[in-house]
Amino acid sequence: MSKSYTPGLKILRNTKISKERLLPLRGDVHVSKDLIVNSDTIVASTEIPGNVQMINIANKLNIDAEQILDCVVVKVGDSIIKDQLIAESKGLFGMFKSEVRSPIDGKIINASKITGQIVIAEKPLPINVDAYIPGIIKDIFPKEGVIIDSIGTFVQGIIGIGGEKKGTLEILTDSPSSMINMEMINNDYKDKIIVCGSSINYDFYEKAKKIGVKGIVCGGINYNSVSKILGYSLGVAITGTEKTTTLILTEGFGEINMAQRTFDILLQNNGKKVSINGATQIRAGVLRPEIFIESKKIYENDNFKEDDLIISEGSTIRIIREPYFGQIGQIISLPYELVKMKSETMVRVAEIKFENGNIEIIPRANLEVILSN
Amino acid sequence: MSKNINIILATDCGSTTTKAILIELIDNEYRLTFRGEAPTTVEQPFEDVTRGVLNAIIEIEELSGRKILDNENIINKTSAKEGVDVYISTSSAGGGLQMMVSGVVKSMTGESAQRAALGAGAIVMDILASNDKRMYHEKVKRIRELRPDMVLLSGGIDGGTVSHVVELAEIIKTANPKPRLGIDYRLPIIYAGNKEAQENINDTLKDIVDLIIVPNIRPTLEKENLKPSRDKIHDLFMEHVMAQAPGYNKLTKWTDYPIMPTPGAVGEIIKKIAKIEKISVVGVDIGGATTDVFSVFNDEFNRTVSANLGMSYSICNVLSDAGVDNVSRWIPFKIDSINLTNRIANKMIRPTTIPQTLEDLKIEQALAREALRLSFIQHKEFAVSLKGVQQERTISDTFEQKMSGQTIVNMKNLDLIVGSGGVLSHAPRRAQAMRMLIDSFLPEGITQIAVDSIFMMPQLGILSTFHEQAALEVFHKDCLIKLGTCISSLDKYKKDRKLFSYKIIINKKIIEGEIKSGELKLIKAPLDKYQITITPEKNIDIGYGKNEIFTGKIFGGEVGIVFDGRGRSITFSEDYEERMNQISNWSINSNEYPKEI
Repeated sequence: MSKSYTPGLKILRNTKISKERLLPLRGDVHVSKDLIVNSDTIVASTEIPGNVQMINIANKLNIDAEQILDCVVVKVGDSIIKDQLIAESKGLFGMFKSEVRSPIDGKIINASKITGQIVIAEKPLPINVDAYIPGIIKDIFPKEGVIIDSIGTFVQGIIGIGGEKKGTLEILTDSPSSMINMEMINNDYKDKIIVCGSSINYDFYEKAKKIGVKGIVCGGINYNSVSKILGYSLGVAITGTEKTTTLILTEGFGEINMAQRTFDILLQNNGKKVSINGATQIRAGVLRPEIFIESKKIYENDNFKEDDLIISEGSTIRIIREPYFGQIGQIISLPYELVKMKSETMVRVAEIKFENGNIEIIPRANLEVILSN
Repeated sequence: MSKNINIILATDCGSTTTKAILIELIDNEYRLTFRGEAPTTVEQPFEDVTRGVLNAIIEIEELSGRKILDNENIINKTSAKEGVDVYISTSSAGGGLQMMVSGVVKSMTGESAQRAALGAGAIVMDILASNDKRMYHEKVKRIRELRPDMVLLSGGIDGGTVSHVVELAEIIKTANPKPRLGIDYRLPIIYAGNKEAQENINDTLKDIVDLIIVPNIRPTLEKENLKPSRDKIHDLFMEHVMAQAPGYNKLTKWTDYPIMPTPGAVGEIIKKIAKIEKISVVGVDIGGATTDVFSVFNDEFNRTVSANLGMSYSICNVLSDAGVDNVSRWIPFKIDSINLTNRIANKMIRPTTIPQTLEDLKIEQALAREALRLSFIQHKEFAVSLKGVQQERTISDTFEQKMSGQTIVNMKNLDLIVGSGGVLSHAPRRAQAMRMLIDSFLPEGITQIAVDSIFMMPQLGILSTFHEQAALEVFHKDCLIKLGTCISSLDKYKKDRKLFSYKIIINKKIIEGEIKSGELKLIKAPLDKYQITITPEKNIDIGYGKNEIFTGKIFGGEVGIVFDGRGRSITFSEDYEERMNQISNWSINSNEYPKEI
């Protein structure tokens, strides 16, 4: 029988998570293997090159490009300060010299006798990488970063905006279908990660942001509201660098309830410290937004396996496209033959029994496995 | 070499789906026998492209009964029921090949470099030029941010400027760019500029990048020499980029020929069609992330890639660039804009889903029209004659001011449009594919329309590089589905004005009629050549000049002959009910959708 793989989001308890914490450029790693770290520990740091300024010495001194090395009084690699003399012309009998001074503090990184230019780099900018999740340093990549292992609850969303945030989890609703209202949020939620059952709207998000809420996890939001939050239309799902309250959608765009399993697992962790990241990249090397809560339980080997993504009779799945979008059901058969849909598309299908007992034929491509333990 | 090849397995690893085809020599003719497909697996948890390849091959095994795999190894010894003689693959998964190009003058060497990169199958992330009006530090910042897979550095004709080219190299040196994939690997930079600057370029860059020097891409203003750069891009794509992508090291060992970038392979087959049939061709491949447009006019090949116009990953970008109104105008039922945008956005975040309902199909096909339309506009703006070429003018030229840099895409001279990509190749009705191509490309005069039957042009493109016979036989017999011919008048006229009459003989029966402005009509005519006479009304042009009658033969096809009187910028009624009637009539007249909705 052919293997039918489907996409799936992870909703896992007491699972082992390995997180790579890598620098964008080579730098220094500050922790050693087997060290226990908390989510705020700085594990590695580096400096990224500062902005550069180009000065055309040949033009300023009115000389040929190939003559500039005779006039430049600093060397490549020298650190210089603002207004320091960097080049001067020979003048006439030592008089009437023209000079060029540095407009900034920085370092000379190039002097070219072809273009007659000097390039000065401003001071480098420090970059610190923290652990993001509490755990143990499993491995070190010298000068690049570390891998941190941790055990806990791991929930993936479908799309998010905003980057890594840490805070206390607060569940605002009593069910995954409860709609949130503006009165449910106040200053007590500053610095918190809040969970709203169903969908939220733009006004709610803005109020939460104003209060200082670090992150929001909910079922859905209208696409237009996300565009309004961002100030531009989200053309491709590559996010994570937005400087705003992190938002994680567990289901998708529109007014959609959070899946019961997702809600339940978050509810069990109410009040605990969580790490979340809205970064999403739905392209090569897909990255989904995530929520992680460390657990103190002993690690059990109940991790996700490749075979968990193979659907077969009895698999629990979620429908991820109209007309049954969001519904959960069980596969009762996987017919081999192609079946014609209402759209007249001939596709491979699955026969699904929904929780209400109805049975429908759904394209296999429109199913999502729920990876839970 | 080709004599012993009887069974060919070819895959294309797209950004969404991996497609496998099996080609067999049957009665001395190469034919497509089976196909299989599976989701591409470059993402977590697999992060190994070969998973999707294996799944697609397993599907072929099941359908064909031929054993191809032995424990995840391709059996390369053939018997009656086992193995394949050759395995080849193309790929655009992993974001494809992302390049930055540079030239001294953006519209001259910059565009030549862009043409070389696009022709090799790359996505051009930015063009760095001495005259692009950005400050030195802005260019440095841009290079650092983009992190391209490789850079094509050109600039200056031979004997021309040295300092400007060296300055570009210095900008790259200052930026010291890190490649997108692999922290340890040195960024490949191809230098294809002024040969007199080669030594200086070498001195500037050799210590920080992997510098490769090839002949100048623009040795003189009048001449482009793209091939050496294109060939080198292909080599480096294999050596550097693919080696970094998840699972490709393994896939590279499986294939008998180097993996080609998908768009490069499609370009190969488009060029071959134009050359062999001696026609002008426009080809389009609309994918999940990007839309590629290819054209060959007067033996000149051009390719553009609209990096963020696609049917899944970048579907919201189509919505954003086209605007909700332009998408909605094609949708023949009432849907509020919030519902519409949410549905489209949900396709973006779950890119492998397919439309189950007819409504969803119509929405996707509306978006496809806009993606195709926008991509073709970009293509026409790019496919231009060489800029900067000095032209000798005679007194007669003063009345016909042809400038260098004009588009070479002449719709009146276009013979064939070939569509490819899931939304076209897998459209449940071929009429839908034909309508999408006509509505977005707006062919003028008489134009034949075809689609790639099951989206196998990439595989045939790579096959054509070493076995042209097999590639062309399969192309004509199994790949190219001739849909028919579109006959349209130019310009736009008042509604219901009579535009032209036609007289066509189909199966010895004379069919006559007339076409009015705003009308779309389909006449079924199976694949064959048909004698037709088209008589335009006064001042109407059907591609041969105003009032000029056409008498000759045209092709039918799976859909037939479409007479399009809607003008070459289609006018939609502003009244909602009228617009519904308008698009429903076009739909009914072209047998586009089933009747129940």
